[in-house]
Amino acid sequence: MENKRIQNLTSVVFLLALFALVIFLEQVIKPTDTMAMLLTVTKKSAVYALVAVSMNLLNGFTGLFSLGQAGFMLMGAYTYAIFTIESERRDSVYYYFDQVVNVSLPETLGGALGSVGWLVGVLLAIILGGLVAAGVAYLIGFPVLRLKSDYLAIATLGFAEIIRAIFQWRMLGPVTNAANPLKSYVRLSDFKIGTGDAAINISTFVAVLLAVVCIGIIVMLINSSYGRAFKAIREDEVAAEAMGINLYKHKQIAFCISSFFAGVGGAMLAMFANTVQANNFKSNMTFEILLIVVLGGIGSVSGSCIAAVFFIFASEWWLRGLDSGRFLGIFAPGIFRNGFRLVIFSVGIMLVILFFRRGLMGDKELPYYVKWIKDKLTTQKPKAGEANG
Amino acid sequence: MLRIEDLRVNYGGIEAVKGITIEVPEKEIVTLIGANGAGKSTTLRAVAGLVRPAAGHIYFLDEEITALPSHSIVAKGITMVPEGRRVFPDLTVLENLKMGAYLRKDNLKDDIQWVYDLFPRLRERSWQLAGTLSGGEQQMLAVGRALMSRPKLMMMDEPSLGLAPIIVRGIFEIIKEINRQGVTILLIEQNANIALHTADTAYVLETGRLTMKGVGKELLNDEAVKKAYLG
Repeated sequence: MENKRIQNLTSVVFLLALFALVIFLEQVIKPTDTMAMLLTVTKKSAVYALVAVSMNLLNGFTGLFSLGQAGFMLMGAYTYAIFTIESERRDSVYYYFDQVVNVSLPETLGGALGSVGWLVGVLLAIILGGLVAAGVAYLIGFPVLRLKSDYLAIATLGFAEIIRAIFQWRMLGPVTNAANPLKSYVRLSDFKIGTGDAAINISTFVAVLLAVVCIGIIVMLINSSYGRAFKAIREDEVAAEAMGINLYKHKQIAFCISSFFAGVGGAMLAMFANTVQANNFKSNMTFEILLIVVLGGIGSVSGSCIAAVFFIFASEWWLRGLDSGRFLGIFAPGIFRNGFRLVIFSVGIMLVILFFRRGLMGDKELPYYVKWIKDKLTTQKPKAGEANG
Repeated sequence: MLRIEDLRVNYGGIEAVKGITIEVPEKEIVTLIGANGAGKSTTLRAVAGLVRPAAGHIYFLDEEITALPSHSIVAKGITMVPEGRRVFPDLTVLENLKMGAYLRKDNLKDDIQWVYDLFPRLRERSWQLAGTLSGGEQQMLAVGRALMSRPKLMMMDEPSLGLAPIIVRGIFEIIKEINRQGVTILLIEQNANIALHTADTAYVLETGRLTMKGVGKELLNDEAVKKAYLG
């Protein structure tokens, strides 16, 4: 009990420190600095961490190998964008179609309640995105959750592609704008306190906060009795059933919750980018997320978060420098330019998989390793004393 | 307490259980013995709702439970210790026990104590992952986990499988103890000797049919049983 309280306290302190650091950096770094990239990749990492954890809930904790993540993100992103597009700019966004949805939640609520209403409207749109994804997951769950392992993966991958095709369908243009991008909705960069030059920018903080809250909810779920049931299903379906766990119902719950947070992640990705287009949510995106989950460790939430940060930082920032001849401030010879970063990136991933068979963290969480290192240090000390004596 | 009437179960065209009728009276230990493929496990699985019977009826406390899903059967007070133990290897001993009480919403403290008193070894290993336990300890955990649902009837599928003789004897002592505390037990075993010594009533199964029924200790002296199962 005592241990648990200390652990919770440490997590809270750690998170508060993280928030403070993010807010601080956001004020110090100017958009024109080279370090501005740090904020951009932090935002994207937050999104990917959330989506990776949501995938881990399904693949790592419930043992359902699903590859539908991109499809659910797409639904979240579209729902969010459609319900937050500025009413003035709607006509220019839906240039080829007569738009059906004419509500902008932040504007409607903002008009009545001011900036708090605006914030509530944005949150509502995000949650709506998650709910749409979860609702579709519920329907897809009827046929696909009867499948096992690889077959489930193939079926969910197929459904994700079908969803993408439907969103690009011309007949749905009045709602989804068909293959044309959605834009002029509320983005992360719209989050600031005050106006003009004196405004305090909190866009990175908002992204990190949203991700932390959602991941926190998933962690609480994993530690609840539902989470234990999910793990039991992963370990042994027959034994779980003999314990009185309704297999189908619990799989459905895990699938819907995972999709809900994938949808929220999709909405956040929309907020991060300036446009939403179905074409960006290909199965490639699912594989990137799967890669993060595997690199971090299947069944480790903190592993997924750490891997997401490394993955996005490396692919979007550190290795990008190679293209222009600079790597972490060092001059890189010409041979490393123009696409060579992909080679380095792949070699890096292979090294991780070779030396960490079960991902960086295995199925353990960060506190386990903190304790492990502490134990190592305390057992080593007496030995050093002996050598001296 | 449990009545199985003319139960038939098919596995893809093959009739594994060909119409058997079994009666399990309250507070007794009843055993089903028989060779591989006699249909013992299939019978248990049918009672637990893990396979659907092709025909026949199963009554528990005078209530038909034949086509119910397994979670409602567990809720009615029937629990199963599956063959080969099947503990959850990556959960701790305590978490495994809590899983056994998944359908209960009340306080588990007393029952965890009760299980730990039955199996002091489990108390020592409370925080250990179940996969790191020895075979005998895993069997204890499987039994303890089943008890956590506060069952009226506990069904055990080959509790002696793969265990050393001395450990098997220990497990059967505890089965008797659990029975003395009021839990009815339906046991299936290949180790006919120890099963017949423990049971009040025994049924002999052969290729899906009942061939004999009797008091456990009397069957021990039956010539046919001796020849076929005791060697």
